[in-house]
Amino acid sequence: MVNKTKDFWVFVETNEDGTAKNVGIELLTPGRELADAQGGRLAAVVIGCNTDAAVSEANRHGADQIIVVDSEEYRKYTTDAYTIALVSLVEKYGPLSMMIGATNNGRDLGPRVACRLQTGLTADCTALAIDEATGKVAWTRPAFGGNLMATILCPEHYPQIGTVRPGVFKKGEETEEKAEIIREEIHVSADQIRTQVLEILKDMDDEKVDLENAEIIVSGGRGVGGPEGFEPVRALAKVLGATVGSSRAAVDAGWISHAHQVGQTGKTVAPKLYIACGISGAIQHQAGMSGSDCIVAINKDPDAPIFDIADYGIVGNLFEVLPILTEEIRKARA
Amino acid sequence: MKMLVCVKQVPDTTEIKIDPVKNTLIREGVPSILNPFDSYALEAAARIKDKDPSSTITVICMGPEQAKAVLKESLAIAADKAYLISGREFGGSDTLCTSYILSEAIKEIEKTEGKFDIILCGKQAIDGDTAQVGPEIAEHLGYPQVTYGLEAFVEDGMVKVKKEVEDGAEIIGIQTPCVLTFTKPSFDPRFPTIRRKMAANKANIPVLAFTDLPDIDPEKIGLKHSPTHVKKTFVPQKKTGGIKIQEETAEESAKKLFTLLSEAHVI
Repeated sequence: MVNKTKDFWVFVETNEDGTAKNVGIELLTPGRELADAQGGRLAAVVIGCNTDAAVSEANRHGADQIIVVDSEEYRKYTTDAYTIALVSLVEKYGPLSMMIGATNNGRDLGPRVACRLQTGLTADCTALAIDEATGKVAWTRPAFGGNLMATILCPEHYPQIGTVRPGVFKKGEETEEKAEIIREEIHVSADQIRTQVLEILKDMDDEKVDLENAEIIVSGGRGVGGPEGFEPVRALAKVLGATVGSSRAAVDAGWISHAHQVGQTGKTVAPKLYIACGISGAIQHQAGMSGSDCIVAINKDPDAPIFDIADYGIVGNLFEVLPILTEEIRKARA
Repeated sequence: MKMLVCVKQVPDTTEIKIDPVKNTLIREGVPSILNPFDSYALEAAARIKDKDPSSTITVICMGPEQAKAVLKESLAIAADKAYLISGREFGGSDTLCTSYILSEAIKEIEKTEGKFDIILCGKQAIDGDTAQVGPEIAEHLGYPQVTYGLEAFVEDGMVKVKKEVEDGAEIIGIQTPCVLTFTKPSFDPRFPTIRRKMAANKANIPVLAFTDLPDIDPEKIGLKHSPTHVKKTFVPQKKTGGIKIQEETAEESAKKLFTLLSEAHVI
C-alpha cells in the first residue's frame, strides 16, 4: 500500500486490566527520534479494553497522537481481532513506519499484519536508525543465534514494520500531555475470532515467570547440579525480588521448567541486573541475556565464557557464595 | 487428521565460529541439521497420530537438493510422505515471499494429497530467528493460527493446543484448517527406529519446482520481489569482561561483590 503520512507508529500492547505493557512505552523513546527524522508525527496505537491508563501513559511519554480502539473484544489478545483492528487503522491513516514490541503477542501479530498489508517486517530488532542513503528505517537485529547482526531495509513497501525487543530502550522522562486523541470504533464479531481460550494453566512451580519484564533475574545452570541446587538461587532471587531464570542445560536435565529458560530457545531478557550462577555462558545463552544492563557471573571455571561478558565475575563455588551474598543483602535491607 | 509439517534445513548455530581476523562467520564445516523447532512440530504431529493412527503426516521443505536430508530424517522420525520445494526462482526470498511460495506449494500438494486439517511449523528457524513464516503462511491461506505451541491434541472433534504464555500455559481451541507453530516442549522428540531409517533412505522424494506451481505469481517471489533487503551484516561487538573477583575465601568474594554492587547502585 501507499503511505499517506510520514508518521511513525508505535503499537502499545495492553494487559487485560487495560494498562500498557512496558515495551510499548519504551518504544516511544526511539519512536520520537525516528518520527522527527522522518518528518512526521509520533503516534501511539492503543488497542485493548478500558485503556485509559495505557492512553495516559503514552500521552505522558511523548506521543503526538494516540489512536485508541477500546472495546470488550480486545480485552484479551487474539490474533484475529487484533489483526483486523490494526490493519484497518493502517489502511485508514497510512503511516510510513510502525514498531511493535517483540513480546509473544507482538511476534504473533506482526507477521499476520505485515502479510495482510503485503509489506516487509523485520523481527526482534535491537537497534534502530534512519539509513542516511535512503531515508528508510534501518532495522538491526541478531541472527544465527546472536553470532551475526543484520541491518534490514524495507525500501519500497509501506508501512515499514519491525518488532523490537523489550528492554532494549528505556522509558523516557514524563512530559506534559499534549497528544491529540482519536477514538476509533472497530468491532469484530464473535465468528471472526477463530480461536478460544478453553483453560488457563498456571506455571507448574506456582510462581509467575515473567522473565521479559523482570528488573532482576537470578539464573541457575548446569553448575547447580540438580533440582535442589536451585534453592540458593531461589533464596537470592527472593531477597532481591527477582525472577528465577535458567540455562538450557538445567531445563534439559529436568531440574526446572522451560518457562524459566533464557537463551536462544528460551526467552530473551534485558533486566537491569542478571546474575548467572553456575552457567558457562554458551553463545545461545548469551543471545538471550547479553542485553542486560549489569551481568554478574558466579562460576567455578575461570575460563567459562560467561566471564567474557560479565561486569562482575566471581570465580568460586555458588553454594558457598550465594548464601553469603543473600545474607548480606537481607541485612542491608532489614 | 491430515497434517502437514514445514521443516527447514539450518546450519547448526552451536557449531558456528567467528573468524577472528576477518570478523566474519566461518560456515565451512558447519553441519546442517533439521531445525530443532521443526522437530518439535513433527513430534506434535506424531503424538496426534499415535492416538489416531488413521492420521497422515506430510512434510515439506524449501531448499536446495541437499535439503532432502532433513526430509529423509523427518520420514525416519514420523512422516509418511515428503516433498522438496526447490528452484532458483525462489532464491533470496524474504519471509513474505517464502511464506507465499510455501502456501502455493501447499495448495498444489493438496491437489494430490487432499486438504490438510493442520499445518504445523517450528516457532522459528535457528538461523534467521524471525518466527514469521508460520503466521505468514496462515495469512496467505486465510487460516487461524496459534503460535508458541507446546503440544496439540484432538478432543471432541476439536483441535486444541497447549500454548506457552508468560505465566504458564493456556489450552486454546482452534477451528480447522489451521496453522500451529511450536516451541520447545518439556519432553524430547522421538528418535527414528532403524527400520524407519532404512525405509526413509530409500524413499522417493518428489521435487516441486517453479514450473510445477502453475498458479504462483512470479512477481511475488525471489530476492527481487522481497520487501525487505539485507543492507549489511556484521559480527557484534563483544562486551569485554569486567571486574573479576577471586578473594581468598568464598565469603570474602561474596562480600566484595555485595560492596561493588551496592556502590554501583545495582542493588
